[in-house]
Amino acid sequence: MGRLFAVVVTLIALASATIFALHIWWLPPDISTHGARIDRQLNETMVVAGVLFVLGQLALAFFVWRFSTREGGPSRPSRAFPGGPTPLVVLATVLVGVEILVLTFVGSKVWADVYQTPPAPGALQIEVVGEQFAFYFRYAGADGKFGAMHPELMNDATQNFFGLDPANDTTARDDIVVGSLVIPVNQPVVLRLHAKDVNHSFYVPELRIQQDFVPGMVIPLHFTATKPGKYELVCTQLCGLGHYNMRAYVEVKTRPEFDQWLKERAAEL
Amino acid sequence: MAQGKGGRAVTHGAATGHAPAQSFLRRHVFSVDHKVIGRQYLDLALVAVVTGMVLSWIMRFHLGWPETPVPGLGKLAPTGAAGGVITPEFYLALMTMHGTIMVFFVLTTAPFAGFGNFFLPIHVGAEDMAFPRINMTSFWVTLAAFLVLVSAFFVGDGPPLSGWTAYAPLSAVGKDAGPGQGVGQTLWAVSIAMFCVAQLLGSLNFIATTLDLRTRGMSLARLPFATWAWFITSVIGLVAFAVLMPACILLILDRVAGTSFFIPAGLVISDRLQPHAGGSPLLWQHLFWFFGHPEVYIAILPGFGIVSQILPVFARKPLLGPRVFIVCLIAIAFLSYTVWGHHMFLSGMNPVSATLFSVPTLVITIPATIICLLWIGTLYGARLRFTTAALFALGFVSVFVSGGISGFFLAQPSTDIYLHGTYFVVAHFHFVMGVAAMFGIFAGTYFWFPKMFGRMMNETLGKWHFWLTFIGVYCVFMPMHYLGLAGNVRRYSAFTDDYLQPLIPLHRFITIAALFTGAVQLIFLFNLIRSRLRGPVAPANPWEATTLEWSTSSPPPHDNFGGHPPVVTHGPNEFGGVGPQDYVMQAEPR
Repeated sequence: MGRLFAVVVTLIALASATIFALHIWWLPPDISTHGARIDRQLNETMVVAGVLFVLGQLALAFFVWRFSTREGGPSRPSRAFPGGPTPLVVLATVLVGVEILVLTFVGSKVWADVYQTPPAPGALQIEVVGEQFAFYFRYAGADGKFGAMHPELMNDATQNFFGLDPANDTTARDDIVVGSLVIPVNQPVVLRLHAKDVNHSFYVPELRIQQDFVPGMVIPLHFTATKPGKYELVCTQLCGLGHYNMRAYVEVKTRPEFDQWLKERAAEL
Repeated sequence: MAQGKGGRAVTHGAATGHAPAQSFLRRHVFSVDHKVIGRQYLDLALVAVVTGMVLSWIMRFHLGWPETPVPGLGKLAPTGAAGGVITPEFYLALMTMHGTIMVFFVLTTAPFAGFGNFFLPIHVGAEDMAFPRINMTSFWVTLAAFLVLVSAFFVGDGPPLSGWTAYAPLSAVGKDAGPGQGVGQTLWAVSIAMFCVAQLLGSLNFIATTLDLRTRGMSLARLPFATWAWFITSVIGLVAFAVLMPACILLILDRVAGTSFFIPAGLVISDRLQPHAGGSPLLWQHLFWFFGHPEVYIAILPGFGIVSQILPVFARKPLLGPRVFIVCLIAIAFLSYTVWGHHMFLSGMNPVSATLFSVPTLVITIPATIICLLWIGTLYGARLRFTTAALFALGFVSVFVSGGISGFFLAQPSTDIYLHGTYFVVAHFHFVMGVAAMFGIFAGTYFWFPKMFGRMMNETLGKWHFWLTFIGVYCVFMPMHYLGLAGNVRRYSAFTDDYLQPLIPLHRFITIAALFTGAVQLIFLFNLIRSRLRGPVAPANPWEATTLEWSTSSPPPHDNFGGHPPVVTHGPNEFGGVGPQDYVMQAEPR
């Protein structure tokens, strides 16, 4: 029975680790300036965690194999672990402790670069509203200014997703509101996330970015996309029955394409 | 009342003051006997776990084959699953109820309240809990809380669907926010508040009993490991539930009394400006997770205790480093209060605090790693006996290691940016607190069943149950890590996104594995029922264990020790001698 246990645990550990190592299911290619460092952090964690996982399971398997009693076998006295618990305490503290220090020092810098540094000067400003169950995006238009948001004017039927008041607010008149996030490649972008109703979250796997929308708060989020293409933005914070279907596209365009797109939208106003 | 602090005798009868009840109702239903109450908690957990598991089957089936009707479901839930195909809101309701039932009424109720009630008083050599009537109250409030929760399935507005975390404002603003936000969500909050009351009373009882009712010679150092774990779990629970209860009350007030604790100004829901102002959605998250993370340890520490008690019995040698083990438990309890923000790295909380919450989250892996190494070190030089209880204890170590290690990814804010809100998280917590805690419950059941019911369980069926469950849970939960790495978002009732389509075959594999693993649990149920009725009569100490419950008959008499309070002369960890008896019982005469 002990040998069976050892074999099963070993097989499970090796099969699981192999599937991780072969990247059969893995992250999509990164398309952001900061993502490579997140990927590196994740890969390093994967190596360390993978080694600990396999070693832990194999140690369990080996000890169970080695020290099982066979029916009718000779009885022998048990033996204590050499050195008592102290070597294990030291091993765990040093091994995990060093690991924690390294991961924290490297990782907190990666985190800080995304969430604790201001966006690059001249970043493209885009306002985002998350609502049950859609995302809307707003560009400032020719005047470079966003019109003020008035919650009491927000209305899906009239498509006033941002609660703008163009009748009285001149800055709101040229604001461009769309249902896809269109951004130029290699251009720093700063989003300002508004939640209209409940919590939502902004998650684009390829951009290696995720941030909650929180009602009552305006949360800035900045990144730079490095590869043109069309990607999916999905909601990752449970927001009601349509949560699974709350999504939008992120379209990364070359600079001329983006300028052209923006001009066309402005012309539609 | 005579005190029984370690070394002093307890005047039995005076401590609890109840004689065996005569009527059927007082003996089996409204009993103040901790053994009856412990069994009642376990029965409740059994009903809850079957309910929770069936809900998860329906969810898994839907995720694998979203268009295929679930046989018979159309009749059971005509609105949520007309024709047997479940609606998105009904999927979220199943998910919410699954999580709530499993976390509260299974993972807290069975290993802590259930086994703890039955064995903690016996372990310390007492004849009952310190406050038997409060103990009975705790159980009945827990049962009422369960019924209130389940009743939410049958209310007009539909069952709640905000998840077991019930994030505000979705959970706070009421019907405007869509189906499931009416009475059902209020019942959810009422149920959890009631559950908190029961657990607070239960924790106080456990603490008082452990400290005050110990029999002569039962110093703290001689407490069995499971009792140490229940004691420390009680301390965690006392603080954690004391925060969740008022949080739930505030949530109820927001819902029914027009307050705005968790609702800020300017919310427009269903095109209606909400009449609220001044609240903070993040306040709910802070309060919830200040409870929620310690709750993980409330679910798993009893498993640590059970495994540490069982492994030495079947390894036939003492647990390595018993004092280190207890120090590690205390360290985990302390650290468990400092880590809750790791659930909120991306919540909009000040990003500087992410690092502050990340460090203790990583540090808590040190005592957890030490405990795992102590278990593996205990196996060194052992003479392992492979009973079903031993297999589940060994399986616990394996699944806990698997689940614990994925925590490294989620404890770091930088990698959490990508993995937060994906199936990677689902895989992590199911392994570390779901499956591991269940293995602890199974180990405890196979180990203590003879003591609780006076009959042995069938070992052959038990071993089949172990092997199929052990392989099954790895097939269910290991692939969820792969889904998470591919960016598969959790809490989706269907995968309509282009990039999620290729992952559906993996979901189908998980569904098949989950249905299989679920079906395997029928072996356990059958074994449980048959052994209770027809199992061979159990001797007092079938496993050659040392703690006090094995010094008394199976099942123990009403006052646990037949009028002869035990005198403790040894620690719980004395195994490995040579000769016909390789162990020393705690109550062995000198």
